[in-house]
Amino acid sequence: MRRTALWGMMAHWRRHPGQFLTLLLGLALATALWSGVQAINAEARSSYATAAAALGQDELNQLVDPSGPIPEATYIALRRAGWGVSPVLEGRITRDLGVIRVLGVDPITAPPQAQMVDLSAPEDLVAFFSGRAYAPPELAAQLGPRFEGQEVRVAATLPAGTLMMDLGQAQRVLDRPDQVSRLLVWSEQPLTRRPLSEIAPALNEAAPEDRGDVARLTDSFHLNLTAFGFLSFAVGLFIVHAAIGLAFEQRRPTFRTLRALGVPARTLVGLLAAEVLALALVAGVIGVALGYAIAAALLPDVAATLQGLYGASVDGALSLRPSWWIAGLGISVLGAIAAAAQSLWRLWHLPVLAPAQPRAWARASARSMRVQGVIAAGMIALGLVLLGAGQGLVAAFAMLAFLLLGAALALPVLLSGVLGLGAGMARSALGEWFWADTRQQLPGLSLALMALLLALSANIGVGTMVGSFRLTFTGWLDQRLASELYVTARSEAEAAELRAFLAPRSTALLPIWSVEAPLPGGPGEIFGVADHATYRDNWPLLTALPEVWDRVAEGSGVLINEQLSRREGLSPGDSIALPVAWEAEIVGVYSDYGNPQGQVMIGLSRFESQFPRAAQLRYAVRLPPDETEAVMTALQREFGLPASTMIDQATVKAISLAVFERTFTVTAALNVLTLGVAAIAMLTSLLTLARMRVPQLAPVWALGLTRKRLAWLELMRAALLAALTAVLALPVGLVLAWALLAVVNVEAFGWRLPMHLFPADWLRLALLALAAALLASAWPVRRLARTAPSDLLKVFANER
Amino acid sequence: MVLQLRGVTKSYATTDGPLPVLRGVDLGLNAGETLALTGESGSGKSTLLHLVGGLDAPDAGVIEVAGSDVARMDDEARAALRRETVGVVFQQFNLIPALDVAANLSFQARLAGRHDPAWQDVLADRLGLTPYLRRYPEQLSGGQQQRVAIGRAMATRPAILLADEPTGNLDESTADAVLALMLELVDETEAALLMVTHSERLADRMARRVHLRRGQAA
Repeated sequence: MRRTALWGMMAHWRRHPGQFLTLLLGLALATALWSGVQAINAEARSSYATAAAALGQDELNQLVDPSGPIPEATYIALRRAGWGVSPVLEGRITRDLGVIRVLGVDPITAPPQAQMVDLSAPEDLVAFFSGRAYAPPELAAQLGPRFEGQEVRVAATLPAGTLMMDLGQAQRVLDRPDQVSRLLVWSEQPLTRRPLSEIAPALNEAAPEDRGDVARLTDSFHLNLTAFGFLSFAVGLFIVHAAIGLAFEQRRPTFRTLRALGVPARTLVGLLAAEVLALALVAGVIGVALGYAIAAALLPDVAATLQGLYGASVDGALSLRPSWWIAGLGISVLGAIAAAAQSLWRLWHLPVLAPAQPRAWARASARSMRVQGVIAAGMIALGLVLLGAGQGLVAAFAMLAFLLLGAALALPVLLSGVLGLGAGMARSALGEWFWADTRQQLPGLSLALMALLLALSANIGVGTMVGSFRLTFTGWLDQRLASELYVTARSEAEAAELRAFLAPRSTALLPIWSVEAPLPGGPGEIFGVADHATYRDNWPLLTALPEVWDRVAEGSGVLINEQLSRREGLSPGDSIALPVAWEAEIVGVYSDYGNPQGQVMIGLSRFESQFPRAAQLRYAVRLPPDETEAVMTALQREFGLPASTMIDQATVKAISLAVFERTFTVTAALNVLTLGVAAIAMLTSLLTLARMRVPQLAPVWALGLTRKRLAWLELMRAALLAALTAVLALPVGLVLAWALLAVVNVEAFGWRLPMHLFPADWLRLALLALAAALLASAWPVRRLARTAPSDLLKVFANER
Repeated sequence: MVLQLRGVTKSYATTDGPLPVLRGVDLGLNAGETLALTGESGSGKSTLLHLVGGLDAPDAGVIEVAGSDVARMDDEARAALRRETVGVVFQQFNLIPALDVAANLSFQARLAGRHDPAWQDVLADRLGLTPYLRRYPEQLSGGQQQRVAIGRAMATRPAILLADEPTGNLDESTADAVLALMLELVDETEAALLMVTHSERLADRMARRVHLRRGQAA
């Protein structure tokens, strides 16, 4: 019985292969977008986990000096005092291929947890000490067999972008002789060792970290990506829901007949569920494969973004994980079941004497529209409650989800109202019919229109956010990068020579000296700032106490960045604990976009006394702009400075803007894909409806309208609905933009941006939506215009 | 003569080749005259009605409706003929579900640019539709829907009313009532009536009868 019943049900797909493909396509696209984003996230997190576990940082205690690097002599003193410690020097070098993280280690003293590369063979150990370096595959391929005199070998266990070498070699490459960054503490220590406070009182012992700082910092970025992936998935599910719903309506007579012929409701529901499951698995496989392609295409941009924004190294290559396949298939099945739930419920409750013809959509929709309106209002209200009372990024995204879904559900109700208004204002018979008939098409098109609304709102919201960010960021760059030239010396000796060389050739030489230091809420940086008009006139202060620059210059006050201020709730007038043992007063807060960490600026003389061992290598040079080129040439000639150590204002601005643009490449790509999915939803709905439209249009044709005219009216109908949806998407998009700028960005990055409006972009997007709707309707409309009169007559005649 | 058919032929393409439906039909109908077109299933009755109404084009022959040859008309002209010269009543009623009864009644007349509210009131009254003007088609019985269809067709005061099994979906007493109304209105407006029917009883109430057999008038 089951086999026969299934055969009867499947006959529908044999007769409607296009609808079958629509269903597969919708589900595959939804799965692809979701699993693509998940693959990117998984790859990035895997990179963070490798980085966090590097050198056993997740298991071993470490000794650090809050005021800067540890002198090698301190390490030796600790060893002599019986301490089981192993030195690590870490730093970054900039080369033409980008930033490389250099890791110097001592394999002899390194505890087992910190052994990232197998150097147990004596010849390997000797080669390592003689200058062999190890790099992960991607970096090794970029570096080639030799790098600055060292042999390069591949080690897949190393974190992305990391070049590991002997401590001595690293001190040479980083130009940090006799320095180590931290000391790894062995798990087992001799009982006789002397206390730390006696040998190295400046050092602190830090507990192992279960997760790297990068993983914590990038959480918000990945949550953003996940949210967009989910949005795309939801839009894709609209297609699936529409396709399954229409297939159910069309098969209603078949279901009724099967029930009448003795197939129990339970069996029918089971068969339909099995059909949905089989479809989901097929679509899931296609979707995961597509998702892999999307992820592979987007990952390099994501990796660049994470590097630029957080300094996080992520492999640019994608690995295929079994867990990812299983998750992709799982989400496809879950999505299909969610989309089919309504149909399964209806089938369960289908009376044996149900009407044989497809249900009158208009009547049924009037009821469901009321229910939908109530649910929409409830969701919007819930979103508003979360907006007022919710805290944190998850609450912010939940608020956005409720507002977006509420707006999508409210769309058909609002459109129905607008179309009713249009019908009331129509004066001609054709106009009345047009408005009333358009209103009647709403139930069939509402899912596609809801998908379009979500896609357009997301585009407007994200576009406004990115545009506002770009405007603010560009202005901020102008303020922040006031100096004409930035130079980094390769050693302290060279720095001294540079200072002497540049003094007569510049109007001011402003040191940019900094140390990494623990700040409230996490690690950060402390900068020394010179007392100069460059800062007084240009620095982007958001809020400050009177005489702020005098206070900073005399060392009685410090400036903090916006991130630190928001994260820790610090304002001017509050105090902040800084190394070493300094309770400083905050006198101002400045904006600091593109940096997730906390940052503090203190007067230069105070900086020198607090951090006497800090590197004094970087300088901002003020000089007449037209002399920049000549000074750079002179520096190159006199000191042989490579291009990577000198950068002029225009170049650094261009690089910053390029990093900024790349940051939003992924978002833009997801936006375009979502809009594409919405257009497909529109096309599939219109194609499916086109078949059902003939009986509705044939009487109007019979009463004296040409097929061409009817086709034009159909085209206008699609354009009208798309235009109305675009108009309604505008306020939703602006609410989304506001939430992204005022809530999500503050939670995710720690800065709040002013909102700018871009009406020209909205107009362009509305025109794009119109074009998409017209394109989507072009095919069914062309088919209608070419429908043979004999096909239209079938509506009227039961015989010839 | 309102309607004149000479040597009209029509065939349909099928997978087994062309299927001839009409094989040279000649027919004439004067203003105010009523004619029943009878015949077995597949004899070509509905096809003939569709050709006269400009819903389809013949393969050959002449179809003159109110002096114009439908066979020579393009799509636009046939649409105008349907709007202005003929009224059609279908077996399945074919009302416009999105419009209420009043809008359905006036729809064709307004399309044709000859809407007469007073005449529409008369029609609504005569057809017993006045209480239902704000209802939608799906809220009406079959008999009520067919009365709306007749009212819509007569609202333009057509030269010829075409009815394809107009009572086929109605019970006997309702069918009699609907036909009586249709005949009354045709009589008052002096329109010609060409009605396709299977019913001998209904055909007897027409002034003339033509029986089609295998695509030819018997």
